[in-house]
Amino acid sequence: MLLISCPNCGSRDETEFHYGGQAHVAYPENPNELNDREWAEFLFYRDNTKGAFAERWLHSTGCRQWFNMLRDTVTYDIQAVYPMGTPRPAAAPAAPESGTASLAADSTTTGTAAPSISGTSTSAPSISATGTTASTTAPEGATK
Amino acid sequence: MANTAELNGVNGLRDIRRSPASHLAAALEAGSVQGTVVLNEGPFQTMAGVRVDPRSEEGGRIAAAAGGLPARCGEVTGKDGVSVLWLGPSEFLVVAPEQAHDSLGGNLIGSLTEALGDAPGQVVDLSANRTTFELSGPRARAVLEKGCSLDLHPRSFTPGTALNTEVGNIPVVLQKTGEESFRLFPRASFADFLGRWLLDAMREYASPEVP
Repeated sequence: MLLISCPNCGSRDETEFHYGGQAHVAYPENPNELNDREWAEFLFYRDNTKGAFAERWLHSTGCRQWFNMLRDTVTYDIQAVYPMGTPRPAAAPAAPESGTASLAADSTTTGTAAPSISGTSTSAPSISATGTTASTTAPEGATK
Repeated sequence: MANTAELNGVNGLRDIRRSPASHLAAALEAGSVQGTVVLNEGPFQTMAGVRVDPRSEEGGRIAAAAGGLPARCGEVTGKDGVSVLWLGPSEFLVVAPEQAHDSLGGNLIGSLTEALGDAPGQVVDLSANRTTFELSGPRARAVLEKGCSLDLHPRSFTPGTALNTEVGNIPVVLQKTGEESFRLFPRASFADFLGRWLLDAMREYASPEVP
């Protein structure tokens, strides 16, 4: 059982949450210009990362709010919890405060880590569903 | 369920209203262990679901009408017998005695709706959405701990707080009203299950303790 620290409610059992899939999948900037293959990749193709993975979670039996989480798919180590709409923080280099039982204060780590990564666009999913134009602006307002 | 037959609602429908766990009333009484843990279904309540941004102007008007809006998880505000429970950053549950309902001479829903006005948000009459279980006694916390993973120790779960969580794997709002008394608000369709689940969890306290 994972112990997930909801930004609003604090640490709760995993059973109170619902998984929302990969985070930071940007809606295409020009949907009309996509061909079928690009649409399919946008809709259905997701990363299958081994290691740190940014994903969305919903605290469905608590505050009913969405948030993003950076989780290691191998160790289940929860490296960061951060709000929707903010860019993905840098993959934590085994920071001391990382851990499954960390408190909600984790969400503040995004403030320091965000600027270094938002410009590179490598933090966003590596699928090229939306072409070059969309992927460079991935996190802005399209993270839901 | 309290006898409130003197209250005549719209067209007398109030008289035939049955609470969701009324069929368990005898079982709840038989399963309670006086002085150890007591369970009963509370009277009907007037409940309103409120969604409003508490920092906005309309949030201030709602707060004035309801007796304050809780700012964070666990907080309960209110005045004059009205409790406002935190469900989310912009979602609240207003709980008041049944007489506060507009159809019974009260003004709770109407005053909240008026306070919201045309501003973004919603005030919904949820009086029939949830029922109330009242669990009290020295063993009440031990009963809840069988199906609730929150830290219910008094040092972290203090009287006058309420949390949105799971008890017995179903979603409930759990309010601590006193040192040894809790109120559980399950949705009506879960009332039968939760009532029987609590009875089962209470059963061991009817037997003499094994040293």
